[in-house]
Amino acid sequence: MSEPTLAIMLVWLLLFVYSILGSIDFGAGFWGMVFGRSDATNAGALANRFLSPTWEVTNTFLVLVVVALVGFFPKAVAMLGTALLLPVSLVLILLLIRSSFMVYAYSSKRYGKELNVVSGVTGLLIPGLLVAVLPISLGGFIDIVDGVPSLHFGQLLASRTLWTHLGFGLSTELYLAALFLADYSNESGDNGAYRLYRKAAIWLGPFTLFFAVITTFGMVPEAYWIVEAIERNSLWFIFSILAFVFGYTALLWGRPDGGPGVPRVAFTAIIVQYAFASIGYGLSHLPYIIYPYLTVEEGFTNPSTFRALLVAYVIGLLILGPAFYLFWKLFLKDKRYLRQE
Amino acid sequence: MDNVVLARALFGTSMAFHIIFATLGVGIPIMVLFAELMYHIRKDKYYAILAKRWTKGFAIILGVAIPSGTIVGVMLSLLFPGFMAIVGQVIAVPFQVEIWAFLLEALFMSIYVYAADRLSPLLRIVSVFFVALGASASAVLITDAHAWMNTPRGFDLVNGVVSNVDPIAAIFSPSLYTTALHVLSSAYMTGAFVIVSLAAYKLLKRGRSAEEREYHSRSLLLGLVVGGALSLFTALNGHATAQMLHHYQPEKLAAAEGLFETTDHAPLAIFGVADPESGEVKGGIEIPGALSFLAGNSFDTVVKGLNEYPEELWPPLYIHTLFNIMVVIGMVLIGLSFGALVWRYVLKRTLPRWGLWLLVSSGALSLIGIETGWIFSCTGRQPWTIYHMQLTKDAATKTGNLGLLFALFVGIYVILLFLTAFVLLYYFKRHPASKELNPQMPVLDDEGVRTHV
Repeated sequence: MSEPTLAIMLVWLLLFVYSILGSIDFGAGFWGMVFGRSDATNAGALANRFLSPTWEVTNTFLVLVVVALVGFFPKAVAMLGTALLLPVSLVLILLLIRSSFMVYAYSSKRYGKELNVVSGVTGLLIPGLLVAVLPISLGGFIDIVDGVPSLHFGQLLASRTLWTHLGFGLSTELYLAALFLADYSNESGDNGAYRLYRKAAIWLGPFTLFFAVITTFGMVPEAYWIVEAIERNSLWFIFSILAFVFGYTALLWGRPDGGPGVPRVAFTAIIVQYAFASIGYGLSHLPYIIYPYLTVEEGFTNPSTFRALLVAYVIGLLILGPAFYLFWKLFLKDKRYLRQE
Repeated sequence: MDNVVLARALFGTSMAFHIIFATLGVGIPIMVLFAELMYHIRKDKYYAILAKRWTKGFAIILGVAIPSGTIVGVMLSLLFPGFMAIVGQVIAVPFQVEIWAFLLEALFMSIYVYAADRLSPLLRIVSVFFVALGASASAVLITDAHAWMNTPRGFDLVNGVVSNVDPIAAIFSPSLYTTALHVLSSAYMTGAFVIVSLAAYKLLKRGRSAEEREYHSRSLLLGLVVGGALSLFTALNGHATAQMLHHYQPEKLAAAEGLFETTDHAPLAIFGVADPESGEVKGGIEIPGALSFLAGNSFDTVVKGLNEYPEELWPPLYIHTLFNIMVVIGMVLIGLSFGALVWRYVLKRTLPRWGLWLLVSSGALSLIGIETGWIFSCTGRQPWTIYHMQLTKDAATKTGNLGLLFALFVGIYVILLFLTAFVLLYYFKRHPASKELNPQMPVLDDEGVRTHV
């Protein structure tokens, strides 16, 4: 395997991990806001119990994606940075508001609910905006004049493809978070919250699939090359749909104890579904990082920097592996944390 | 304003905002670590309460530090794409490793805060140690990139094309050690003096119980000892930093001191304004020969003046004032902390109210010192982004819309500064230390750092 290929696979893997973590994080913030206003259910508190220890870690993954892109594909960053100044700045502002208001809400019982609305709503918008980077990378919205890339922001706003991408980002975020929280509340033994999140997931599942299909076939003419590439890689997408069907029905299975649905299987299958789709999409996107201006080969960093980075990744994994294990055990596994009132 | 100035203004404002929270994010965990250690050595519950309450404040500060750090990191790519193209090829490793340090801090921060009741005492100290380690390592790694911008190594740049990359040489650039030590020690110092300020303020309030005064005195003493030691170390290391400038960035040192003509026995100018017309510092105090002595430990040391360089490559001359403010604040802090310690523990007298008032100012003074120090170091490198390699105007973005974004970001920063201060005040007002000190009252879940509903 060539070094640029290895590098783009690493970046893509990190992007995939962040898109899952980020969807669950921002989605959980939204569900925490929705259910936090009602005293009848514990579902909001449960979402916040998951968020409190995890949001910082998730946020770090966002920076990790950017830094990985800078290290492995500095020319892509230089080009995207110029073109995406406006949309990414908006994401940054929302992110700042979201995180700080979430922490404010934790610190103030009296105004907690109002502050939570701000963080819930801003958080809801972020993944949708981040997904908007995808259609931009597919061509049709960036022009390079005198070596300076510029984004046709108005044209982007007016295009159908942006809105289908946004719809896909939003529905995915809410769906993944609902599924995850269904599993988390099941693990916590909170049956009332589990039923709420399971119901939300059952509603949202078909929406994600619907948006995935209309997003793919609603590309602008300049981006039609990727539709053809997706058709060439259709096997991955067929696997993905099969995983969806399997996971979705797992929500309807009966359990030995009589309760409805097996959320652990459903959530795992849906992660597999998104993984298959990401592999298929990633393969279709090759060889371009930004169509038609920059390929993976052209954007690749210096080979000696690349090797130094790989060493840094290995050392980082060795140090952080045990820390992640401890973290997982304490917050996602320990019944004393999960079952507290 | 042109694009380059706007890009610098936007990035500079974001840094100025972030550096407040980042510095406290490095400094406070060290204080928490000391408090935890004191608790285990002395078995004095006051230290446990101090650690817990500082951690709560730290958790709120981190809520702003993390997203504002994300902003600064991403904004570099947005505003200085030309710079990032070189960074990515030459000095990507510290940025990458910084993320590992950041993750380490975030993981153990959550463990320390949200799993405290499930950890053994030893594991508690280990977690807070890793929080402090992660925060300090982040600071060193980011400073590494900053040091490399001042003394770039490990690559050649010919017609904008990067070649002969040596990532190791880039990481260990000559100014790394002095700069990183300076950043770390000044951050620890700031964390300690912010604690000193708060404790002194609490001790000034009348009508406190003896127990509360005892509690706040512990806090004051711990802060004074750490702050005093670190402010002294920061000053000594600052001297090494000046010598580093003399070697590697002579025009920055010349502008910092308002020195125009190259000379031995160069004088040290304190205050005043550097005037390019007359070629001297107006209205300042001159100490003959002192600059030569500082730069090379001998009065015969020849210090280069600004006139050696074309005027368009001079750093802005106002950095002389920034440099003075930073140095004077450093000296004042050493005097304040050692003065208070001697007064209290050698002369064995209680601190007078005016003395406490002076100590209240130490936290704000430290932060002003940090801000002026960073602005001095970054604007002192102008017009270069990468010293003698890349001009800022070649690094900055060529996109428009910067004015709008500048207004937007500055607005958000101002709002968040007020809101964060308000939330901190509100929280600690609702959960006063007296509540936790009173053993009759059980410590409720929501009073500590456990923040979920």
